[in-house]
Amino acid sequence: MDKNKLFKIGKPASYIINVAAILLVWLIMQSLISGGLINSYYQGILLVIGINIILATSLNLAVGFLGEMALGHAGFMSVGAYSAALLAKNAAALGFGGLPKTSLFFISLIFGGLVASIFGILVGIPALRLHGDYLAIITLGFGEIIRVIIENMKITGGARGLNRIPKLATPNTVYIVTVVTVIILYMIIRSRHGRAIMSVRDDEIAAESLGIPSTYFKVLAFAISAFFAGVAGGIYAQYIGILGAKVFDYNKSIEILVTVVLGGMGSFTGSILAAIFLTILPEALREFASYRMVLYSAALVIIMIFKPTGLLGTYEFSLTRLIEKIVNSVKHNKDNGTQSKKETDRK
Amino acid sequence: MGFIKQLLNGLQLGSIYALIAIGYTMVYGIVQLINFAHGDIIMVGGYICIMLIPILAQFGIPAWISVFGAVVLCAILGVLIEIVAYKPLRNSPRMSALITAIGVSLFLENLFMLLFSPDPRNVPQMFNVTMPSIGGFNLSFPTLITIIVSVLIMIGLQVFIKKTKIGKAMRAVSEDTDTARLMGVNVNATISITFAIGSGLAAVATVLYASAYPQIDPLMGSFIGIKAFIAAVLGGIGLIPGAMVGGIVLGVAESLAKAYISSQLADAVVYGILIIVLLVKPSGILGKNRSEKV
Amino acid sequence: MKKNLLVLTALVLALSLLAGCASGAASKGTDTNANNSANTSKAISQVMVGILAPLTGNVAIYGTAAKNGAVLAFDEINKNGGINGVQIKYDVLDEKGDATEAVNAYNKLVSEKMDVLLGDVTSKPTIAVADKAATDRMPMVTATATAPDVTTYGDNIFRACFIDPFQGKVMATFASDNLKAKKVAIVYNVSDDYSSGAAASFKSTAESKGMQVVAYEGYGNDDKDFKTQLTKVQQSGADALFVPDYYNRVALIGAQARSVGFDKPLLGTDGWDGVLKVLDKDGAKALDNCYFSNHYFSKDTDQKVVKFNEAYQAKYNEAANSFAALGYDAAYIIANAIKTAGTTDKEAVIKALKSTSYDGVTGTIKYGNNGDPIKNVTVIKILNDDYVLETKVSA
Repeated sequence: MDKNKLFKIGKPASYIINVAAILLVWLIMQSLISGGLINSYYQGILLVIGINIILATSLNLAVGFLGEMALGHAGFMSVGAYSAALLAKNAAALGFGGLPKTSLFFISLIFGGLVASIFGILVGIPALRLHGDYLAIITLGFGEIIRVIIENMKITGGARGLNRIPKLATPNTVYIVTVVTVIILYMIIRSRHGRAIMSVRDDEIAAESLGIPSTYFKVLAFAISAFFAGVAGGIYAQYIGILGAKVFDYNKSIEILVTVVLGGMGSFTGSILAAIFLTILPEALREFASYRMVLYSAALVIIMIFKPTGLLGTYEFSLTRLIEKIVNSVKHNKDNGTQSKKETDRK
Repeated sequence: MGFIKQLLNGLQLGSIYALIAIGYTMVYGIVQLINFAHGDIIMVGGYICIMLIPILAQFGIPAWISVFGAVVLCAILGVLIEIVAYKPLRNSPRMSALITAIGVSLFLENLFMLLFSPDPRNVPQMFNVTMPSIGGFNLSFPTLITIIVSVLIMIGLQVFIKKTKIGKAMRAVSEDTDTARLMGVNVNATISITFAIGSGLAAVATVLYASAYPQIDPLMGSFIGIKAFIAAVLGGIGLIPGAMVGGIVLGVAESLAKAYISSQLADAVVYGILIIVLLVKPSGILGKNRSEKV
Repeated sequence: MKKNLLVLTALVLALSLLAGCASGAASKGTDTNANNSANTSKAISQVMVGILAPLTGNVAIYGTAAKNGAVLAFDEINKNGGINGVQIKYDVLDEKGDATEAVNAYNKLVSEKMDVLLGDVTSKPTIAVADKAATDRMPMVTATATAPDVTTYGDNIFRACFIDPFQGKVMATFASDNLKAKKVAIVYNVSDDYSSGAAASFKSTAESKGMQVVAYEGYGNDDKDFKTQLTKVQQSGADALFVPDYYNRVALIGAQARSVGFDKPLLGTDGWDGVLKVLDKDGAKALDNCYFSNHYFSKDTDQKVVKFNEAYQAKYNEAANSFAALGYDAAYIIANAIKTAGTTDKEAVIKALKSTSYDGVTGTIKYGNNGDPIKNVTVIKILNDDYVLETKVSA
């Protein structure tokens, strides 16, 4: 009878498995880099993938899990980018000069994220009174206002932008930040707060009647989403080394939204895969130069038509579940095998 | 003196916004979709015009007659986009449809960049009329005709929607698609007609736009589209008179902000006005009687 | 939740430890690079030039022209036997006018064993790439990036064009000395560093020349309507209006300036080149008696210019502009430097680039203390739907 019992992995074991998997991926990446198989070109793409994963998963919190269409993500990203860049540039003057580069990088990202989340709260409190397309337009408006103001401020360098930002982003540090971001976002969604956020999405009135303060959770989700957009912006600034406000216009916001929707609203796995796919696709199509944007947009329409909920819908990949499945199916086959053997023996 | 001049500048800009916003608001009213490709249909209309004008010129026909060709071709394009890209998504999440609209918009922009190169093209003069200036004020002919055409289209559409059978069908579909279908309304045909009218109006807007700003390029649609959509929201989306009011208000606000606040910060001021209006009155300036949308 | 946090902290700690090890490993990698580059003074066996330009997106017009000019030059050199008999290979990569894409594309070219970089075209992506190239010691010649910062990243970065502030200075001096203007107005693109950079230098030069700046107005990148700003200019009583921007917007600004009643000359920068292409005969009237600074005069009777224009017309079936001419010159600067160096070793090529003395389509190019060329500015007048040479200002 024991044989028929399904194999199940306990909680502590599942943590260990996931941590081990994350470390394994990191080790593989590391050995490929030091082995020269991942050259600077691929390293750059890996970095951009990391930035895009953070952007997409954080926007997914607002779009997929809170269910509000936000088109101002690029605005928060720019706030984070400029804050982190200014901190990193003026580290010596601010008394951080002695810190190791990695610590400075992390500190600047947290600073960028915090400033962005303050903006998220400031924008969120008034904007989240609205819904749907109105919210989309109002967030787009806020994003554009942020851009225009940055373009006219002295400290941000105006149209010339910021130059000579220390390039502290490395594949390693970005990998860490990306992993931590995804884990935190995943943990928030699985927590009491996450369930409250999703209940607001599913039925705001019902949630309110159960004592869930919907405005609080909306603004909370919005602020967290903005925080990680700021972190992504901080990485971007310290990867490229130059900032200009023009990059963070509504087209950028739309680009991030496309990633989220393509991957599936309400699926972090989907956001991650879509971010990887949409970063690599234009690179792979670079040879076709002028044709690639036509193909890219056509692909977008076709995917939406045949899979309107996005590639993955709300499916989340789970390593432990996969292991359980494999083990169980192996066991099942074995059982079946022995059974059928017995049957043939009987004959 | 200076103020009135700036007001006239704003009126000209606003009348163009208004005309484009009407197309947005019609489509939004019936299928609740921000048709991002609407701005790009204007761009396509522009290219159709510059190809038709030399042919017309050979026969001595004035340039603005090209509007008729552009209306027909744009209407066909609009229906084609609706059938190919939007129809399969009618029962999907709203956001998927929105992404598709963005995809169509990107596709048109890049396709035309490939076909016609990203170079801007000059558009020949549409109307050969010079307006007399009255007391130092010069209301340009394009401005005048744009306002007249916008008002005529607005009235025409209102009558069409209120009085004709198709118009009633459009209102029914926008109220409740399923009930309309049960009542024997051909929903698909009605939506297609809406797209045809909206896109045809985009072609009219093209000609008036080109008479004021005689230059077209493959990317012109995206920006003018966003501004016009904001105008539609400002006036109350789904309402045809709202598009008119929203467009004029946006144009005048933009012009006055540039003249008297700061030309560098004008865009921030414009978006600020939008945000304030939406927060105070989320349904837009005219958005009261919601039952009248289409 | 608490348990989760514990696991998370543990993970972060583990990863940051590993990050420390990895940075040690990375520094080892650079050592081997240094060894490789020590093998100098080999004869040229192959030459690979990477060309970086926006071929799609909204600055594609400039990228395509610069690329066409460069490709024309390399094909010409190859037809004439290449560099010491070695054919130049080139790879053109599109970067959409985006800094991230530009850096990716640059990395790709490096992985394809590029010897010299020709690019980028617009200022922001060029600076992003220059920052990278300075660390790699990659010889780099940009044809058209006019932002002052570009060449400050390292002595391996050169350009074929002059810089933005220089143009603003030249045109302000021109307004004061040649046009005898007392009051000047400026209308510029707020979102564009090229436009705002030239506007700022025009303003400061104008003030130091004793002229009064009566209007300093901005507009957004996507604006098509400039009447409000131009009405303010018209009412300010300016003698001349400086519009440092690209020709597509200049065409609209010119017409709208006349429609609000401003009839004084407009002044501009190299971005104006090609403005008559987007105007018909009636439209061009708006720009009669307007002046702009440029890299070369396309109707110059100079043999090199004539030859270049003919070859360009024959190959691409359209008239060349200054972007194309600069791309062409940049390509020759690179080819000459490799020829002088006699090797594709990076340091040798950089050294050869520094000693460049090249007589090109856009004038004689020599480098001073940095990678900015010392060259003449051509001021061109627009009259009767045509470009007329007004004057040449030496640097």
